Amino acid sequence: MQNGTDKLFVDQPWLDPEAEPFVKIQSLTKTFGSFTAVSSVDLEIYEGELFSLLGGSGCGKSTLLRMLAGFDPPTSGNIFIDGVDMAGVPPYQRPVNMMFQSYALFPHMTVEQNVAYGLKQDRVPKDKIAERVDQMLSIVELSQFAKRKPHQLSGGQRQRVALARALVKNPKVLLLDEPLGALDKRLREQTQFELMNIQERLGITFIVVTHDQEEAMTLSSRIAVMDQGRFSQIGTPTDIYEYPETRFVANFIGSANMFEGRVKENGADYVIVQGVGSDVSFYIDHSTAVRENTAVWVALRPEKITVSASAPEDSADYNFVEGVVDDIGYLGNFSIYKIRLDNGRIIEITHPNQTRPKHGRHLVEWEDKVYLSWAPHSPVLLTK
Amino acid sequence: MRSRIQSKLQSAELWQAFIIAVPYIWLLIFFLIPFFIVLKISFAEYILASPPFSKLFRLADTGAMYMTLIFDNFVYLWEDDLYLNTYLNSLQISITSTILCLLVGYPIAYGIARATPTAKKILLLMVILPFWTSFLLRVYAWIGLLADQGTINNFLIWIGIIDEPIKMLYTDFAVYVGIVYTYLPFMILPLFASIEKLDMTLHEAAADLGSRPFTTFRTITIPLTMPGIIAGSLLVFIPATGEFVIPDLLGGGNVLMIGKVLYSEFNSNQDWPIASAVAVVLLILLVVPMMIYQKYQAKESSGE
Ligand SMILES: Nc1ncnc2c1ncn2[C@@H]1O[C@H](COP(=O)(O)OP(=O)(O)OP(=O)(O)O)[C@@H](O)[C@H]1O
Ligand SMILES: [Mg+2]
Repeated sequence: MQNGTDKLFVDQPWLDPEAEPFVKIQSLTKTFGSFTAVSSVDLEIYEGELFSLLGGSGCGKSTLLRMLAGFDPPTSGNIFIDGVDMAGVPPYQRPVNMMFQSYALFPHMTVEQNVAYGLKQDRVPKDKIAERVDQMLSIVELSQFAKRKPHQLSGGQRQRVALARALVKNPKVLLLDEPLGALDKRLREQTQFELMNIQERLGITFIVVTHDQEEAMTLSSRIAVMDQGRFSQIGTPTDIYEYPETRFVANFIGSANMFEGRVKENGADYVIVQGVGSDVSFYIDHSTAVRENTAVWVALRPEKITVSASAPEDSADYNFVEGVVDDIGYLGNFSIYKIRLDNGRIIEITHPNQTRPKHGRHLVEWEDKVYLSWAPHSPVLLTK
Repeated sequence: MRSRIQSKLQSAELWQAFIIAVPYIWLLIFFLIPFFIVLKISFAEYILASPPFSKLFRLADTGAMYMTLIFDNFVYLWEDDLYLNTYLNSLQISITSTILCLLVGYPIAYGIARATPTAKKILLLMVILPFWTSFLLRVYAWIGLLADQGTINNFLIWIGIIDEPIKMLYTDFAVYVGIVYTYLPFMILPLFASIEKLDMTLHEAAADLGSRPFTTFRTITIPLTMPGIIAGSLLVFIPATGEFVIPDLLGGGNVLMIGKVLYSEFNSNQDWPIASAVAVVLLILLVVPMMIYQKYQAKESSGE
């Protein structure tokens, strides 16, 4: 048993109450004039994590990262890296390296010189530098481009030079600002896995800024979802997707059907919510501390709804609704169905296309009457 | 019909050729032809006549054309220490002034390039503002400032730092002040243009990789603003080498510069051939750095 929990903590150090965070951020705030870009955030990141900061444009991700790198001084709050207070430590003395969104490669230097730059600053002996640069370039598979200048490389190659340059000094923490932002979708997906492999191989703590939720889900050990300078939720990709804590998170990560409702009954291990303006009612098998009759929201993921053309046999009072097919979107691997309820509300459902549609026919067709149902553990009760 | 289109095409081509030809014609008339005239005179001999030089080409009775090239002027320049010293002195003054302009101009250009947009406009205007007053007037103003009884000496005596006036006017120092003051805008403007283009995230990247501010300046800022440094330096160096007004007014008889020699050979001595030889040598001295710059630029753009 002891071993079992140890094993658990190795993969998920944030669950271990005794683990020391590697990067610790305490009530960190950054204001520009009267505008607060980062508002009193707390964050603990553990060694070897691949941590993502996810949020929409302008929510303060880059600002947070720049404070970690030391480019912008915080207005208030503290940053500790490996137990050392970073207040007043200039960027060139911090044990972190950054991979810039624009790559910021030195245009007048070759690939080799770009990668060697950081080592030169540490007065590493020449032969050591050459050895280390070779090693780094082979990790990112750029050995044959060593003598080229950045403008003679493709976007993806430049991105890998930037990665090699940031990794060559073996930083304690690597900060990546939208590392894959400039790549097309296919290259992006391929590079995501390369990035994960490199991170695993070198064991360096990565903090990745992104506004792409799929990227965050694929890459991360944990994700912090940011909104207007604050963290809406911090958790593993599964936590964030399956147990969103706020409406913002539920809507931002994946898509969700959001229902307004009132708590009708609050039992020991269940909650019943009556939808407002519709006759949908939810039986939810996890309880929260909400009083009866309070206004709440219920989020329901499109893939967690079952659609059928015939009424279920044991037609229940809860977790069930009738509607008409309003629209069908065929995306190949799955289809999106938009179901119109009696009150005009549209519910979105996704359904995998396990079998080929016969003669172009779908599971259900336009204007079909359909019955929607879902399991009691599917809806998420939200109070914020 | 077809011939109409053809003639239209032809006239378009002619028009294009004309537009391209205009700058060449301009250079031919106002630069190349005068240069060859000067070159021709430099190979002539001084005579008492008007114009005061011998003819280069002579038609013999047989109808053949003779050309007499006289290298005496160049030999004379080489043999008389006065000219050699003056050239060297001019070069020393213009090189030192160029370095001074660079040292003073770089921080100013950097400050302007990094200022807020409004401040940037005002500061640039202030750099260009002196051009609104006559150059001669501004140099005369320096006489008033630098003279023994001038503003600076009077002020220093008044606050009690010195008892006797310091001799500044009619020294090398005054010439340096005049040249640096006059040519500083020509240094600042190209520097400003190249510093403004500089991507500030490169500085952050360098700092992030462990480079201290001075190292960043040496390894990133200077190499990337090199085109501005070279352009600004040439714009100061070339006119400063041939400068006549500043050494004449602020240097008096004590500072020898080639521009002054040129002036006196032409005007006082009326020795046009020697004066032309002086000008030709000066031109060669100035064209060499230009060619180096051109080569550098060609290399840069092919590498870029
Ligand atoms: N130097 C600055 N002066 C004033 N406001 C700033 C400054 N830097 C950032 N901001 C503001 O702070 C907010 C957060 O900016 P930040 O760059 O951190 O956004 P972001 O989350 O990285 O967005 P994106 O995904 O678009 O890169 C923005 O509203 C921005 O306008
Ligand atoms: Mg950003």
